[in-house]
Amino acid sequence: MNGFSFRRFRAVLRKEWLQIRRDYFTLRMIVLLPVLQLFLFGYAINTNPKHLPTGLITADHSQDERTLIAALQNTGYYNIIPLDSEAQGEQGLADGSLLFVVNIPPDFDRLVDRGDKPAILVDADATDPSAIGNATAALAGLSNVLDRDLPPNLRSQPAVTPFQVVVHARYNPEALTVLNVVPGLICIVLIFSTLFVTTLAITRETERGTMENLLAMPLRPAEVMLAKVVPYIVIGYVQVAIIMTIAVVVFGLPVRGSVLLVALALGLFITSNLLLGVTISTIARNQMQAIQMAMFVLMPSFILSGFLFPFKGMPVWAQWIGQIFPVTHALRVMRSVLLKGDGFVAIWPQLWPIILFIVVIGVVAVKAYRETLD
Amino acid sequence: MSETLVIDARDLHKTYGARKVVDGLTLAVTPGQICGFLGANGSGKTTTIRMLCGLVKPDSGGGTCLGMDILTDAQKIRRQIGYMTQRFSFYDDLTVTENLEFVAEVYDMANPSQAVAGILERMSLGDRADQLAGELSGGWKQRLALAACVLHKPKLLLLDEPTSGVDAKARREFWDLIHDMAGEGLTVLVSTHYMDEAARCSRIVYLSEGKLVVQGTPDEVVQSSKLITYVATGANLDATAVKLRSMPGVESAAVFGAQMHIAGMDRAALEQAKTSPTGAALTWHEVPPMLEDVFIHLLSESKT
Repeated sequence: MNGFSFRRFRAVLRKEWLQIRRDYFTLRMIVLLPVLQLFLFGYAINTNPKHLPTGLITADHSQDERTLIAALQNTGYYNIIPLDSEAQGEQGLADGSLLFVVNIPPDFDRLVDRGDKPAILVDADATDPSAIGNATAALAGLSNVLDRDLPPNLRSQPAVTPFQVVVHARYNPEALTVLNVVPGLICIVLIFSTLFVTTLAITRETERGTMENLLAMPLRPAEVMLAKVVPYIVIGYVQVAIIMTIAVVVFGLPVRGSVLLVALALGLFITSNLLLGVTISTIARNQMQAIQMAMFVLMPSFILSGFLFPFKGMPVWAQWIGQIFPVTHALRVMRSVLLKGDGFVAIWPQLWPIILFIVVIGVVAVKAYRETLD
Repeated sequence: MSETLVIDARDLHKTYGARKVVDGLTLAVTPGQICGFLGANGSGKTTTIRMLCGLVKPDSGGGTCLGMDILTDAQKIRRQIGYMTQRFSFYDDLTVTENLEFVAEVYDMANPSQAVAGILERMSLGDRADQLAGELSGGWKQRLALAACVLHKPKLLLLDEPTSGVDAKARREFWDLIHDMAGEGLTVLVSTHYMDEAARCSRIVYLSEGKLVVQGTPDEVVQSSKLITYVATGANLDATAVKLRSMPGVESAAVFGAQMHIAGMDRAALEQAKTSPTGAALTWHEVPPMLEDVFIHLLSESKT
């Protein structure tokens, strides 16, 4: 009689389902929130920004200069704004209205023609390196733009190197940020929408006074916990379907691997979040505490997962912490299955940590469930 | 002897922080009894009830409930008792029927829908069957809670202030139901603040600061108090009561309509109060104390 009873589990499950169905506000949030977040983040996050405001200081307006400026603009990264003085450039960089100031020395054409190799000074606002990174890298390609207009002896010589380096930008040749962001975004949106629903599951019973009754009934912790998690797995899959559809249709996300594999990984991921939520809910004394604890978990998993910042760029200890969170692994699975078309064998190293997390947190949840009011 | 007791708790102790909520309480309840649990707010009634159904672990002491150990067999005890919490603890967003069906399933009843139909009929809840519990008035909520507690045919009912905030008619009907069920052999432990309810109990247990102060039938409790009560009639009762209250030996002076009760333990002091200038204007005669006089007396005693 102390074992798990399917009938009691089903009774709680039915009760939960009725309550969810009657809570229209939460139901709407469950559908709207992921959609809203996906659009918001999907359009807002861009790690390869273009058309950056660039001030230009020049004395001559010569022909070579015009060629150079046209080339700058053609990279797509620079939006040229002519300036009158260096002071104006300083001011622009300081107040943030300019990210670059290009300073072309006087007599540029003559110096070039004489082979004096004049220096063009580019001041960049490096307070946000990722914003200017790709733009500065594009400058390297400008060295030979004047070749057409120069006498042959001054043209840039192709470097003679003993070997060649060929870089292939695999899986995302155009380096579109959206392809990097959206698979991860799916995970982040899911963690928001699933962690919170169960975070409040037990504390709500406590605050409404129904917990005392629930405890006084012959219910086992596992029956209550599971019944509170299962409905949201179903809802989680509805969310996944909505998010994936938007990601593919609106953001052009490719699905190169198996959809079933995506479903499996996300199912595990959702379950891990829900169980984590239930655990928080049993430990917290009230809903306020529960939300604070959820935020405490959410922030590191958001930042250390590799969603916004490159995982390999973090110190080793931070990587270790990041590895604990299911979101880190779910994110990798999504990127590798969706973008690379990887199969089960390739993603297994990311799946088992999620499964381990589920088992551990499940045990913690059942142990933490207080069967008395003490 | 102890096999026949439904509740047999010995020397229960429970401390929250520095406060002794239950302090060496011993309680024995025989089958078919309606045992009234009385005492001021915070005297340990709720905690005791929770200890009996295993929701709170006593710091020390122990005992049996329906012959099962309250420390180790809480799970088994829970299937055979009905516990009605002080605060309504069913689901506001479920209908009456859905709440009851939930309870029937959780208690693993053989025929849930039949049991639910039966209890709806018995509690006259039929008309409200499809109403959300949250939309019910206080009296109907309480009736639903009672229905849910007795649905699985428990042998012992623990009711924690079941009638607080319920109107007089609903209270009367509620107690009629409890007496019906006690007649069928159910044992009931009910905490209350209402004296008319205490009078309807077959036995009263009075707690103060976690200790049992007095127990017995209502008559026994009244007699054992040795309280002396006088009734006065006359003019200006309210003003007089205020003055009398401050006199030595007068423990209480309360006006009930056209009468005033004064009570105390010291006959000589009371006589003095009667004959004092304020009391002399009234007509006096001695009466046996009412249950309420006794409890006011016990309450004021516990405060000093």
